[in-house]
Amino acid sequence: MIQHESADASDPLLVADTLCKNYGRIAACRDISFSLYRGEVLAIVGESGSGKTTLLQLLSAQLAPSAGRVSYRMRDGIMRDLASLGEAERRFLFRTDWGYVHQDPAMGLRMAVSAGANVGERLMAVGWNNYRDIRNTACSWLERVEIDVDRIDDAPRTYSGGMRQRLQLARNLVTEPRLVFMDEPTGGLDVSVQARLLDLLRNLVNQLQLAAIVVTHDLAVARLLSHRIMVMKGGRVIESGLTDQVLDDPREPYTQLLVSSILPV
Amino acid sequence: MNTPAYNFAYLDEQTKRMIRRAILKAIAIPGYQVPFASREMPMPYGWGTGGVQVTAAILGPSDVLKVIDQGSDDTTNAISIRKFFEKTAGIATTTVTVDASVIQTRHRIPEAPLREGQVLVYQVPIPEPLRFLEPRETETRRMHALAEYGLMHVKLYEDIARFGQIATAYAYPVRVNARYVMDPSPTPKFDNPKMDHCPALQLFGAGREKRIYAIPPFTSVVSLDFEDHPFARYRFDAPCALCGAEDSYLDEIVTDDHGGRMFVCSDTGYCESRQRLGHRGTEPAAPHRESANDPA
Amino acid sequence: MYVAVKGGERAIENAHRLLAHERRGDRGVAELTLDQISGQLSLAVDRVMTEGSLYDRELAALAIKQARGDMIEAIFLVRAFRATLPRLGATAPVDTSEMRVRRRISSTFKDIPGGQILGPTFDYTHRLLDPQLGEGHVPELPATSEALPTAMPRVTDILGRDGLIEPSPATDPDAVVGDLTREPLGFPADRDLRLQNLARADEGFLLALGYSSQRGYGRTHPFAGEIRFGEVEVEFFAEDADFVVPLGAIALTECQMVNQFKGSATEAPCFTRGYGVAFGQSERKAMSMALVDRSLRARELGEETTAPAQDEEFVMSHSDNVQATGFVEHLKLPHYVDFQSELGLLRKMRKEFREAADAPPAQREAAE
Repeated sequence: MIQHESADASDPLLVADTLCKNYGRIAACRDISFSLYRGEVLAIVGESGSGKTTLLQLLSAQLAPSAGRVSYRMRDGIMRDLASLGEAERRFLFRTDWGYVHQDPAMGLRMAVSAGANVGERLMAVGWNNYRDIRNTACSWLERVEIDVDRIDDAPRTYSGGMRQRLQLARNLVTEPRLVFMDEPTGGLDVSVQARLLDLLRNLVNQLQLAAIVVTHDLAVARLLSHRIMVMKGGRVIESGLTDQVLDDPREPYTQLLVSSILPV
Repeated sequence: MNTPAYNFAYLDEQTKRMIRRAILKAIAIPGYQVPFASREMPMPYGWGTGGVQVTAAILGPSDVLKVIDQGSDDTTNAISIRKFFEKTAGIATTTVTVDASVIQTRHRIPEAPLREGQVLVYQVPIPEPLRFLEPRETETRRMHALAEYGLMHVKLYEDIARFGQIATAYAYPVRVNARYVMDPSPTPKFDNPKMDHCPALQLFGAGREKRIYAIPPFTSVVSLDFEDHPFARYRFDAPCALCGAEDSYLDEIVTDDHGGRMFVCSDTGYCESRQRLGHRGTEPAAPHRESANDPA
Repeated sequence: MYVAVKGGERAIENAHRLLAHERRGDRGVAELTLDQISGQLSLAVDRVMTEGSLYDRELAALAIKQARGDMIEAIFLVRAFRATLPRLGATAPVDTSEMRVRRRISSTFKDIPGGQILGPTFDYTHRLLDPQLGEGHVPELPATSEALPTAMPRVTDILGRDGLIEPSPATDPDAVVGDLTREPLGFPADRDLRLQNLARADEGFLLALGYSSQRGYGRTHPFAGEIRFGEVEVEFFAEDADFVVPLGAIALTECQMVNQFKGSATEAPCFTRGYGVAFGQSERKAMSMALVDRSLRARELGEETTAPAQDEEFVMSHSDNVQATGFVEHLKLPHYVDFQSELGLLRKMRKEFREAADAPPAQREAAE
């Protein structure tokens, strides 16, 4: 099985240091700094255009920053600047220690290949060579994300939106990553399906002690999933803190506006 | 009018040098596809130009050449290519595997074991084993560079999930020298084990796709599989009807339109040499004739 | 009793003899001469030279005759010959602004310095079959007038003077120009290799792609800035002699397309370019090439690439008709050994399917 490292749990897992990203004269992200710890879920909220998706891509090394740095503590305990990773290292990280959940599950799955193969792919990529073992592991993960194991040989093309999203989760979690990036994980799903998925996510995060960075425009998602929250506007973080504190007692006028515009259910 | 004069084995020396450099690189990195600037040849792309360029680059005046297609020396394309080299190089040719120094082949490996000092040149249509899983060349190059072959195993997994077995009958992918995944060309998977630790040098030429790759002698070549679904050779379970061989790959011959069938060695050279030694199958073989319509 | 059929060699010889006989046709009819092909089917010769990548009218005419009029077969013959020729070097870039113009039109302006010169063209003819051509018709001599030495500046240079069109993409003048016949093509490819690939590309393929871009598959809003056809001098810099040697003149068609304007945060918007060129009077080819060139520039111009005409790997890997026909037609080669292994596998799977279907329910196992 995959080893877990022995570094002190009080050391940060991911550190962003004055991150900036410019496109020509437009500053998509400005001076973003924070630390993320093991087992901690951080929500990044804001309206569209606030820069939250760009920030997620910077943090997951899919975009290079114009200024500033992102550092990640590898399994051997060493803090590495993501910009210094070679392409092979970065791709390996993405397949083993990290997960990335796309808003549209079709982006994060092989739609024409069976669910079992989707979940098994990461295992095969790290050298698993026994068909039975791969299939059994895929089965147990399907169960954990509440997908009927009889569907293991069906392609996600035949799945509903909610099922696809849960499959995407299984595909990401099979290598027991320590950090998962999520981009609007419940976007595009209807309300009851969302609730079920959020419940599942919360349980999995707790069980697996996952650290996660969740980008969302939906404060309810932030409330349910995250320990801490960062509110973004115009590329900057205008308020941050413990989720419950910020949402119950927002200090910035913009945050107050966001909070007050949640329709009571 | 400008009339051409041709060099030994058709290609000019500069082109041969370029191809040999690619061959040397390929030998240095077993199973890695080396790009090369393939030339237009007098036969069409897709009809063996890669194999022909490799052979033309390595032939010397004292070489003895055998050319087979589908295992036979007598199929139309094998004849065409053999004549091409007879005309442009004037070298000796043969149909007997053990007598050849260079063997150019399409879709089969000869049954007679090869020895040190021989070169087997394969004609390759699509060199990239990942091509049908990932059409982009930029992406497949990256996958080879980073040894990211997960996608290949996904395909094998899918086959087992869907068919209960790996559904690849020919061009069965192999791992060379424990590093690069390679397409052995559309040889039946029956032939795969012959590539492993082969005493001869194996060269692969893809003219249209412009790639050369190689397996140096005595290199490990392992067919991809799962440990609980191991690679198995397939062969129709019967002896050759003409020579009785039980270990050779067989062609199916339809003998009538009532479902009559016969199975005969695909490697005609092998079959004939066994018959010369007295081996017989269930069908007595008449001396070969020019055409089915000639009087005996 | 089974008899293995042999004699492929004789069969091939006889097939080729029959081919030569069919090619000659009725021996009572006069044989085609190369002069007739080159002179009266000159556009066919132009195409074979362009896609054969070799400027030699006589050889192209011979190829067309040998190929019995099959253009791609003729192009293949020329390419195979070209591959045997020694490479002496590269000429100086041809200067089309010095062209001895025989046709020159622009659709972006009503009138231009030097005028709109229609030249010999099918444009505006009525496509009515003319039986007179079948009867040995003698056409009247063309109208003549005094040749006036007029300057014919390129329309794109006129637009360029005011900065309305992007300058021709600049490259390092000392950089070696790529040659995909000498080095294997890799992706992403720079524009020099893209243009070379397009110049040799199949006219029909580029026509279809250009057409698709006009119909919305990656729109580029093209205008024909200028199409010019005529003769240009070809010059070679002889290193040993240290001076420029004129080699002669070749006929070229050049097309400059003026496309969708583009700006950025730091630059004012201007028109963008697409370029096409072909031997002889090959207008359709030059225009299609210019459309596809512009589409392929999507990546460097920061445009979203969604359409086949914008997909560099797709276009450049499939544009060569000699390669394409080789691989398509190779399906005629014997494939019975690989087919045999497929047959074997299929039979095995069918047998297993039947056995599973026939087995009593209690023994049926899940597909594994």
